[in-house]
Amino acid sequence: MAVDTTPQSPVAGSAAGGGRAPRRPLTLPSGSVITTFLVLFLVVASVAVEGFASTRNAGFLLLDVVVIALIALPLTLIVVTGEIDLSVASTVGLSSAVMGKLWFAGLPLETIIPVVLVLGGVLGAVNGLLVTRLGLPSLAVTIGTLAFYRGLAFVVLGDQAVADFPRAWTTWAISGIGATGVPVVVVPLLVLVAITAVALHATPIGRSLYAMGNSEDAARFSGIDVARTKFWLFVAAGVISALGGVYWTLRYGSARADNATGLELQVVAAILLGGVSIFGGSGGLLGVLAGALLLASVRNALQLVNVPADVLNIVTGALLIVAVVAPQVTAELRRRRPRGRPAAA
Amino acid sequence: MSERTGSPVSTAAQGSPPSAPAPHLPDVAPELAAPERSGRRGSALVHRLVVVRELGILAALLLLVVVTVAVNPRFLSGQNVRDLLLSASILTVLAAGQTMVIITRNVDLSVGSVLGLSAYASGTLLVTAPDLPVVVVVLAGMAVGAACGLLNGAIVAVAKVPSLVVTLGTLYAFRGLDSLWASSTGRLQINAADLPASFKALGGARVLGVPVLFLIAVAVVLVMGYYLRTYRSGRELYGIGSAPDAARLSGIPVGRRVLTAFVVNGALAGLAGVLYAARFQTLDTTAGTGQELFVVAAAVVGGVAIFGGSGSVYGAALGALLLTTIGTALPQLGLDPFWRDAAVGALIIAAIALDRTLTLRLAARLRGRNVRGS
Repeated sequence: MAVDTTPQSPVAGSAAGGGRAPRRPLTLPSGSVITTFLVLFLVVASVAVEGFASTRNAGFLLLDVVVIALIALPLTLIVVTGEIDLSVASTVGLSSAVMGKLWFAGLPLETIIPVVLVLGGVLGAVNGLLVTRLGLPSLAVTIGTLAFYRGLAFVVLGDQAVADFPRAWTTWAISGIGATGVPVVVVPLLVLVAITAVALHATPIGRSLYAMGNSEDAARFSGIDVARTKFWLFVAAGVISALGGVYWTLRYGSARADNATGLELQVVAAILLGGVSIFGGSGGLLGVLAGALLLASVRNALQLVNVPADVLNIVTGALLIVAVVAPQVTAELRRRRPRGRPAAA
Repeated sequence: MSERTGSPVSTAAQGSPPSAPAPHLPDVAPELAAPERSGRRGSALVHRLVVVRELGILAALLLLVVVTVAVNPRFLSGQNVRDLLLSASILTVLAAGQTMVIITRNVDLSVGSVLGLSAYASGTLLVTAPDLPVVVVVLAGMAVGAACGLLNGAIVAVAKVPSLVVTLGTLYAFRGLDSLWASSTGRLQINAADLPASFKALGGARVLGVPVLFLIAVAVVLVMGYYLRTYRSGRELYGIGSAPDAARLSGIPVGRRVLTAFVVNGALAGLAGVLYAARFQTLDTTAGTGQELFVVAAAVVGGVAIFGGSGSVYGAALGALLLTTIGTALPQLGLDPFWRDAAVGALIIAAIALDRTLTLRLAARLRGRNVRGS
């Protein structure tokens, strides 16, 4: 999708840069820049913005970030392999709509939730089959299913809302751990984060995802079943998005077909801000989580100082662009500087 | 978006055996875009494919219209058709610009926000200076769009950042700018009553019964189609999209061409913004939200390959017309309008699957021909 097609991975340094290995020691772990930035921002905001560091506010902030971080987990893996799934937010919407419809039909939530998760898996499998079996570009496929799944959500529930979910479930969805203000749901989220992080960074499968992202042909020749791996990643994205749909419905206490519209862009923004290359092959989970938190914190802090909601969009967009332009510029500067030295020897 | 962006040249050279389904479209796209290489007969074959592809959309469109008319004869009533053409014209103008960008293996997701910004700008301009000639307003809207396109294109071409990411960023930024502008002036909504009659007349104006907005869209498509087909720089856009490295090596100023594509696309999104203002006459800062997906969808349905190098603006225009017709036909067919998005989504997937099949078949035939020929 870019003009320049030289494969770069300025953030992770996972590609060996065409044989110029010596600069390795200087590369920081993926995502460390954005994490540092996040920590700095949190410190500054806590000092400068009144009410930012309160437990109440932290709780709200985390609640806002939960679904984005959740969906970012499988989507990061997909982006690392060089594919993309833009249909995740529509899967959230369709799951929410189906959940509402089934609840309206009188089924218990204990039955509904597994059904919805399976549905999410099926939706993901459709994406996966179209991409891996028919060899269609995932960008185009998931723009198609973005419209298709959202359309189905409206077919299922129309413009109605189902809102009479049991109190116990909806209060659980927003309740905090003791008096800390940290939402209860952060715990299962962290478990999923841990599983994904280990899978991505410490298993052969995780390494194979980077291999695919850097060169699909090379990955295939080295014995990786590229199609099967990608298929299951899309299924995972479907299931996790459905889980996100269930949580979204409970958190807002309302099942609607238009739930989470446009969320895919926020998730993708968090992933890219976190230093994952849109071409695949580089980036890590730490950066993505930091990216998601940074986006949410900046918006939250600006809201607290009464910056109009409109400006937040400008900040989000600018952050995203700066995040991708900055490494390019530094890489370009680094490339220019050592001209005199015999680097190519 | 993936490894296929990495080295199109090598994958293209490798080709794909027809038996084992090859992974992606652009493998064969260079042949589509540079027919000269495959000889005159190969080029005729490619040309026929493009024509068949466009006739296919036209056939789908006609089928849809025939079925709808059979169910509800009033579908083809004058007013209904005029409404349809009016709605289609805005999407068509956007799709024409987007086609130019997609052909270069880029994408512009910010067009919905550019449309909103331009619509608001032209509305504001008219409120403050109601006596301005309509032409000036149109040019002002296009200038706003071109400026946005220049920003997108400059970041993409100079900083060499993937356009998907850049325009995702500016999608937010331009929309934010729009809202910021509206809230700082306190004019959150512009109503029909605020706009001068001369401008409002544009929305309903007709020549020989045909809405002027639609004629503008047709003119845009024809000019763009002629340019892409005939001009050297237009052909170079296809070359860039097929194989950026090869294009650069053969001396095509890739950065400048891509920048131009973004500026033209921005200007057309700006024009679409003015058309939007003229058509709907009630403007707030949400105008055009989510349009980017329909625009990309129109281009893809119209046979423009999402990874560049092939497709025509006529196809994209037909795609836009088809998507709009689906939207208006469904209620007439007695179907819930909620089915529209689902139908659009299914259509996109069907279209790319069809393109994939056609491209594979074409590649196989071209290869067979070359083997026999030499």
